[in-house]
Order: sequence, then structure tokens, then C-alpha cells
Amino acid sequence: MRALPWLLALLLAACGGPLNNPHASGQAGRDILLSSFSERPKHLDPARSYSENEVVFTGQIYEPPLQYHYLKRPYQLEPLTATEMPQVRHLDARGRPLPAEAPAEAIAFTSYEIRIRPGIRYQPHPCFARDARGGQRYVPLDAKTLAAVDRLDDFRETGSRELIAADYVYQIKRLANPRLNSPIFGLMAEYIVGLQEYGAMLEQVVRDLPRDAYLDLQRYPLEGARVVDRYTYRITIRGKYPQFIYWLAMPFFAPVPPEAERFYSQPGMARLNLSLDWQPVGTGAYYLAVNDPNRVMILRRNPHYHPDFYPDAGEAGDRAEGLLRDAGRRLPLIGEAVYSLEKEDIPEWGKFLQGYYDSSGISSDTFDQAIRMGPDGQPDLSPRMRERGIELATAVRASISYMGFNMLDPVVGGNDCGAPEPPPGVDGAAPRRSGERLAGCERARKLRQAISIAVDYEEFISIFLNGRGIPAQGPLPPGIFGHREAAAGGVNPVVYRWREDAGGGRVVRRDVAEARRLLAEAGYPNGRDADTGKPLVLYFDTMDAGPDAKPRLDWLRKQFGKLDLQLVIRSTDYNRFQDKMLKGNAQIFQWGWNADYPDPENFLFLLYGPNRKVGRNGENAANYANPEFDRLFRRMKDMDNGPARQAVIDRMTEIARADAPWVFAYYPKSFGLRHAWVENAKPNLMANNTLKYRRLEPAQRVTYQARWNRPVWWPVGILGGLLAIALLPATLAYQRRLRAGAR
Amino acid sequence: MLAYVVRRVLYAIPILIGVNLLTFALFFVVNTPDDMARIHLGAKHVTPEAIVRWKADHGYDKPLFFNGTATGPARLTDTLFVEKSLGLFAFEFGQADDGRDIGREISIRMWPSLAIALPTFLVGLLVYVSLALILVFFRATYLDLAGVILCIVLMSISGLFYVIGGQYLLGKLWHLVPISGYAPGLEGLKFMLLPVLVGVVASLGDSSRFYRTLFLEEIHRDYVRTARAKGLPERLVLFRHVLGNAMIPILTGVVVVIPRLFLGSLIIESFFGIPGLGSYTIDAIQAQDFAIVRSMVFLGSVLYILGLLLTDLSYTLVDPRVRLE
Repeated sequence: MRALPWLLALLLAACGGPLNNPHASGQAGRDILLSSFSERPKHLDPARSYSENEVVFTGQIYEPPLQYHYLKRPYQLEPLTATEMPQVRHLDARGRPLPAEAPAEAIAFTSYEIRIRPGIRYQPHPCFARDARGGQRYVPLDAKTLAAVDRLDDFRETGSRELIAADYVYQIKRLANPRLNSPIFGLMAEYIVGLQEYGAMLEQVVRDLPRDAYLDLQRYPLEGARVVDRYTYRITIRGKYPQFIYWLAMPFFAPVPPEAERFYSQPGMARLNLSLDWQPVGTGAYYLAVNDPNRVMILRRNPHYHPDFYPDAGEAGDRAEGLLRDAGRRLPLIGEAVYSLEKEDIPEWGKFLQGYYDSSGISSDTFDQAIRMGPDGQPDLSPRMRERGIELATAVRASISYMGFNMLDPVVGGNDCGAPEPPPGVDGAAPRRSGERLAGCERARKLRQAISIAVDYEEFISIFLNGRGIPAQGPLPPGIFGHREAAAGGVNPVVYRWREDAGGGRVVRRDVAEARRLLAEAGYPNGRDADTGKPLVLYFDTMDAGPDAKPRLDWLRKQFGKLDLQLVIRSTDYNRFQDKMLKGNAQIFQWGWNADYPDPENFLFLLYGPNRKVGRNGENAANYANPEFDRLFRRMKDMDNGPARQAVIDRMTEIARADAPWVFAYYPKSFGLRHAWVENAKPNLMANNTLKYRRLEPAQRVTYQARWNRPVWWPVGILGGLLAIALLPATLAYQRRLRAGAR
Repeated sequence: MLAYVVRRVLYAIPILIGVNLLTFALFFVVNTPDDMARIHLGAKHVTPEAIVRWKADHGYDKPLFFNGTATGPARLTDTLFVEKSLGLFAFEFGQADDGRDIGREISIRMWPSLAIALPTFLVGLLVYVSLALILVFFRATYLDLAGVILCIVLMSISGLFYVIGGQYLLGKLWHLVPISGYAPGLEGLKFMLLPVLVGVVASLGDSSRFYRTLFLEEIHRDYVRTARAKGLPERLVLFRHVLGNAMIPILTGVVVVIPRLFLGSLIIESFFGIPGLGSYTIDAIQAQDFAIVRSMVFLGSVLYILGLLLTDLSYTLVDPRVRLE
């Protein structure tokens, strides 16, 4: 134990910095972002990758033609590798151009013509290395070369080449490659002309090929994706799908050089984990320099990165917050980003507080240390965070969490009740049904409305989310076109009412007495069936299980208990839960949705009848179907943002609120912390390539790290002293016993 | 002895088949290949066609144990069990569901596991045996009593507490070592200190008590009395004679562990961010990656059998009376 201080001192000398520095020495003083990731990415192939934890990497490496403006809100698309926004043309069934204002029914096809900037080059990579004859230097790979290879860096020669339109077309074809199992193939096959058939054809081709043989997609043309010239390509989709343009800002539509796929498909590569899925090749601001997903991933500045500049305009307040200080500067502003694997929250949080990570999220365990709720209910930093110069950024995510009712269930469900009368200016509602069916339908609707009132999500947000959410008033979260703030008439009248007060007014949840009245009208006075007198038992299916979930589930039972309803929790695992949902065997469940793109269509389709889960495998988990809602949805999805679209959305929201297939729970809020030395950190929950805008003050980081991590030696001294005190009587006793033995 | 070793190796084959059979049965009772496909394909836009394609691509589109559509021996061989199991016996682990080669991952990740497990094992053994011998030396005194109470206290505390407490005190409060992390080579020394210390302290209570009990059994034997009568100092009596004669029960517990050091520790690796085989297994279970789970269970079984064999062989080294035939 007495050697411990010496050992630690030796380590200090080896580290050349604070003893507890988990990073390589010298990194803190350079323009290197130090961050973490909690889950190793599964896929880095842009045709396969679809998770948030993967896009942290793929978003910086791959460049689709479009991107989201970093600063402007609401989110806006802008060209990235494209010279301008795509030229969109509507065509009739014979391929003849239609005017822009042509009705959706007349539009058989829509073409997107995209011209990319000349001169963009790929990152250095061995797949571009050339031999004397101009062929790929490492294709085919001889056994001797392969034997000397363990990592990608072992290929000594690298090269680069210019990005061309054919690379984008190649990637679109890859979406149909059956070996890749792209998660968006099914969706895109519905739209991109010929993609479905292309996939079927490739399945035949693959069947006749050896398992690992190279599949050269360049040999097989795809009707819906064509090269126009070296820098221009055209995508043709069926009908009108205005939201398609958002997909052009995702890595799925980023370019992939065929040479890379050819290079990686050689025998022996897969065994070394060398594949496009693990070693990406892109034109982005960064390339993946170190890929050790078990420990660390390092992105380094792409030396061939094309001219790209920090935006010189943003939304109001950005200039005052210093977000335009780097306007016009060449990107990227940071040379390297080191992401270390941190599976557990506690070590990650500890290192952030020590200054070893530049930014951090806030887990439930650490929330109280980081945040204090102000008297106005607004979150603010705790004094300890303020002392350290830590800054807080919050943003409402383009997501919704809801409690769904299975509309196929005989107790809580019942589609096609008809709908309340529409307001003037919007097409009429479907005719009301009559008779016994309507009565059952209405009963269930009132039951759902009563439950919607009783389940107090303000309380849930306060207890379980530490205030990191906004009670939802409808299916559309803030920031998405169609969302109305409560003060502007966006209150869900079924669950809330607007109360005027000195501050201008606020939303108040309706009283439980109103819920009880609705319940009685539904035929369940005091939670008992009026006909049989038996208590109403409802079933909540969840994959939440274990001790962590118990408080939440107890809380939920209590909410139903307010209406004297008995709630039986049916906890199950992820797979059984999915299975129940697919078969429509769940009754009440909790669900959520993260938007793919900031358009109301991407939320309202969750309630679109033909998109139901049962029988269609869609995303409408409640299996809700309302003819008027569906008709309005078909109209809304093709409309441009404007007053007419807003009116349709308002009506759809009204129908959804009245039918209450969901208890609109909350819109999650993301909280992020960053140290004072991190600049230009504006939350952008849609953009994937935000790393290039960040800037650091490394000197400040070094100073703070040294100040916050001075080793504390006195406990070691005390421990040593205690041990010595404990050993002293033992030593004395030992010697006494030896002397006694000798006698 | 060679015949004995060969016989034991042959015995291992049905055991490994049995282990593999059980792993298959247990895994697929909980998860169907459809479930696995759903987990790997994610929550959005998953079509039934995509599930079928995923299963075919990963070889999960065959029956588990019996193929009714095949004829002859293919009824048994053209099944998921046989196809996925045969390779294991040649240590061909195949690919994980994310496409990475499992054999390569194991060969990379066993070193970080070993870097933590081996020093923990060696330092631990030295500390536990020494402490136990000291307690035995002071048997039936207040020091012995205090030591036993301390051991019981240490045993009663969850291993997780030592991990979090160690990280908090040494890493977060006193800034003496990194809270977690790993680096290969010499740079990794600073990361090893805390997990090794935690690993040693976490087992200090139970291991020391166990060894104390073994040594107490020996301390009253005739040979110990004879050694003392010869005038040997107590130090030599304990460390040479008592320790030597207690070797068989010590080896029974120790040698069997040695091969399994490669597999690492699930908790330590997870909390300290050690990219070893322990965290590999945990991740695979969470991700329901059957290819990895199957490989790790198989490897664990092989190493356990190897450990038992080594234990038997080691008896012949410490006790000349033992003969393996």
C-alpha cells in the first residue's frame, strides 16, 4: 500500500497530464472534440444504417444532395452537394409534363432532377488507389497482399476521385440489393419507379451467384434512377409525394462509389471485418480514421473536403447568442472528433464534470445535480453547473409519445363512428352511423375520452421525466407545420380547457368529475358495467418490466383508479409485445414516434386507416380508421404548406381529438449540456451533419481540466496510516508469539 | 496419462453437443427467428418481406431440429441446429448478425479481458492466501475475530457497490485514476489500476474466509506439530507446509478458473468500459444476437472442460500419490 503513491506518480509521469485523464495525452490542447457513444453502431453502410447512434458517424461521412440549414427554424432544406434545390417536374401517365398546380390525381409520375457540384472529391481510400494501367490497385487482391493486411491502414496506397452523378444512382440501386436488406426498401419500392421489380430481379441474380461474389449493380439499369450527365441524375417516383425531398437529405441517398463495393467484396475481406458496413467511404467533412466500436471511434477532417462555409444567417437571436460569429468561415471548424464508448451513465457523467467530455446528455440519475426547476417551471442550470461555466440547451424533439387504444378491441375500440360536424371551409364529415353499432362505438369513444382526462400526463412529466416533456394537445409536436400553440387555439378541448388569467391564460386539465360523467355516459358508472354490474377491467400491454418500471406502472394504475377502473398490467418482452401489436391482441399500450422528416404527413400517417398495424403491418398501431380523416389525409399529404393545408390539418386534429384513439401524452424535450469551450452548439434535431459547424477553445479546456482534476493525495496518506496502525499490533503480536514459541 | 487426457477429450464431445443443444432450445423457446429479424431490422418500416429476406440471409429460414420437407439424413442435417453447430466444433464461429466475424472479435477482445482478469486473479490469489494465513496465524484471537468480521462485511456488500464506490472515490473525488476506459499497451496501465483493485477487494471477503477454513483444517495436523517440534519458524510452517498441503483444494478452485480468465467479467467490463469478451456477451444477449451467444456459450463450455482437465493434471504435480490412469 505504501508503494501506491509512487505507482500513481509513475502513472502521472506517463500520462503527462491529470492522473485521471482518460484520453491520450495532448488531445485536450488540440482542436479535437471529445465525446462519447453509448451503443456500438450496427451498420455504417448508408443503405442499411437507420439508427440515431449510427447517424452520428454516417451523417459526417456521407453527403446526400441536400441538408437542413443549421440555424434556421422551422427546419429548411438547402443544397449540400447539389448546386441548387432539385428541379421537380410532374408528369402524366404518358410522361408529358404537367403544370405545377396540376391536381394530384392527374400526376402519374414526379421527377427530381439533381445537379451536383463538380470538383467534389472522396476521402482518401485504398479502393481508389490505381495501378500503372489505371485499374484498381487492390482489385483483385493477391493472397500475399491480403496476408499482410489486418486493418484498412495496412493498405499503403490510397487515392481519391471526383464525385459523379452515377455514384448517387448506384446507391439508389443498392437500396434494392437483397443482401443489404435496406430498411427503407419496402417504402421506397412503393415510390421509385421500377425499384420493386429491380429488387425482385436482383434476388434472382443473387440466387445464381456464390454467396460472397461481387454483385455489380452498374450492369443493371434502374428505370426510376438515371444518370443524365456526369453531374446530373434524375429520380422518378410514382404519383406525387412531396415529402420525398426530405429523404434526399438522409444518408440513404448519399453517394457510394462502386469501386468501394468491388474492393470490399473480395474474398478474405469479410473475415477482417473490412466491409462498406464498417469502413465507410464518403465525401463528407470527416472520414472514419479509427473504427474500434468496442472502444473508440475517431472522425478526422477529410483533406479533400469541398468548399463549404458556415451560414451567415439564422433565426432571430442567433447573432446575439454568438451563433453567427463564424459566418462565412470554411468548414469544418474542428479537425478531429474522438468518440469513446460509455455504456453506463455514471462514468460518462463523471467524466463530463471533470471536463473530459465536451458535452453530455442528462440522465434521470443526474438530472437533480444538473438542473433546477425555476418558479415558472422552466428548467435552469444548478449553481454547481453554473460555477463550471456549463451551458444548457433544450429543444422539443420532433417526436410524440402516446397511449394508444386498439381500435379493433371490443371494449375500448370501435372505428367508423362518424365524426363531429366540421367547421365552415372544410369538406363535410362522413355521415353518422346509427343503431346498435353507433351506440357501442359512442360508448367506447366516451370511455377513451374519460381515460384521456383521467391520465394526468402533466404529473407523469413532472415525476418521471423531470419536466423533460410538453403535454401533447394533438398529434403534431411544436416545430412541425400544422402545430398550433395552445394560446393560438391549439388546446385539445376533450381533455383541457383554456383558462384566462393575469398572465394571458393557460391550459388546464378537465376535472376528473367530467371524466366520471363521460364514463357514466359510456355505460360504466363508477367503473362498473351498467348492465351487468361487474367492474370494468382494462388491460395495459407493455414491454416495460422489472423494478424500474414498477413506479410508472403503479402510477398508471392509480390514474385509472381515479375512475374506479381496474387496470391489469400485462408486461412482456419486446418480441411478444410486437407480436401482440401485429395481431391486434393488445388493448391499451404505450407507443411513440420519432419523425423521419419535419412534415405533418410523417405524424398524421400514424392515424391513417390503410396504414394500420393489423393486416397491413403499417405504423398505425391503434388500427384507427376514420373515413373522413383518411380522405383529408390523402388531400393534406400532397398540399404545400399554407392556410389551406393548415385548415385541413386543424380538421384532422379535431377528429383525432374527438375520437381519442390515443391519449396524447407528451412531446419529449431533449436537454443537452456543454462546456464553455464548445461554440456553435445549436440543437438541430433534423440535421445529421452538425459536427462540421462546431468550434472549440482547446486552451480553455486544458486550463479547466487541470483546475478540476488536481489529485487529492491525503486520503491515500490516511489509508496508509490506518493500515500501519492496524499492522502494528499484528506485528507486535506476531513477534510475541514467535518469542513464546521459542521458549 | 495420455490415455486419460484423450479419454477426457472424448468425453467432452457429447457434453459440448448437449450444451449446444440446450443453448439452442433455450434461445429459440424465447426467440423465434422472426423475433430476431424484427430486433435487427429496427422498429420502422419493417415489412414481412424484409423479415423473410433477413432470415434467409442469416440462415434462420430452416427448421430448428427436424426438416420434414427433406429426405433421408437431410431431415436431420438440413436444419438450423446442425448447420450452426458443426462449425463450432472446428472453432468456426461464423458471422454475428451485424456481419462482423465472431472469431476475429474474440481474438481481439480476449486481450482486454485478460489484461484485467489476469492481474486481478494473481494479485487476488496472493492477497487472499496471505490474509487467510495471517488470520490462521492469529487464530482464536481478537485479530482473527476482527478479520473474520471484516470478511463477512466485505462479503455482504454487492460487487456493484465496490465498482461505483471505487469510481466515485478514486476517480471522481480524488482524481487519482480515470473513472473508466481502456487503452492497449502501456498507456492502459492507468485504466487497469481501479478495476483490478475493485476486482480484488470485491472477492476479498469470501475468498479469504474460504482459504482460512482450508488452512484451519491443516493447522492441527500431525505434520504441522512435527514441523514446529523441529523448530521451524511459524512463517515457514505456514507458507511451506500448511500451504503446500492445502494445495489440492486450492487448485480445485483456482486452476479451473484460469482458462476462463479469457472470458472476462461481465460487470467489471461493463462499468469500466473494458472492450473484452464479458461485455461482448452482455451486448449480444441484449441484442439477441444468437450467433454470438451460441459461440460464447460454446467457448465457455470448452474452457470450463479444459479447466477441469487442467485441475486434474495439476493434482499430480502437487501430490505425488495421485496417478491419472
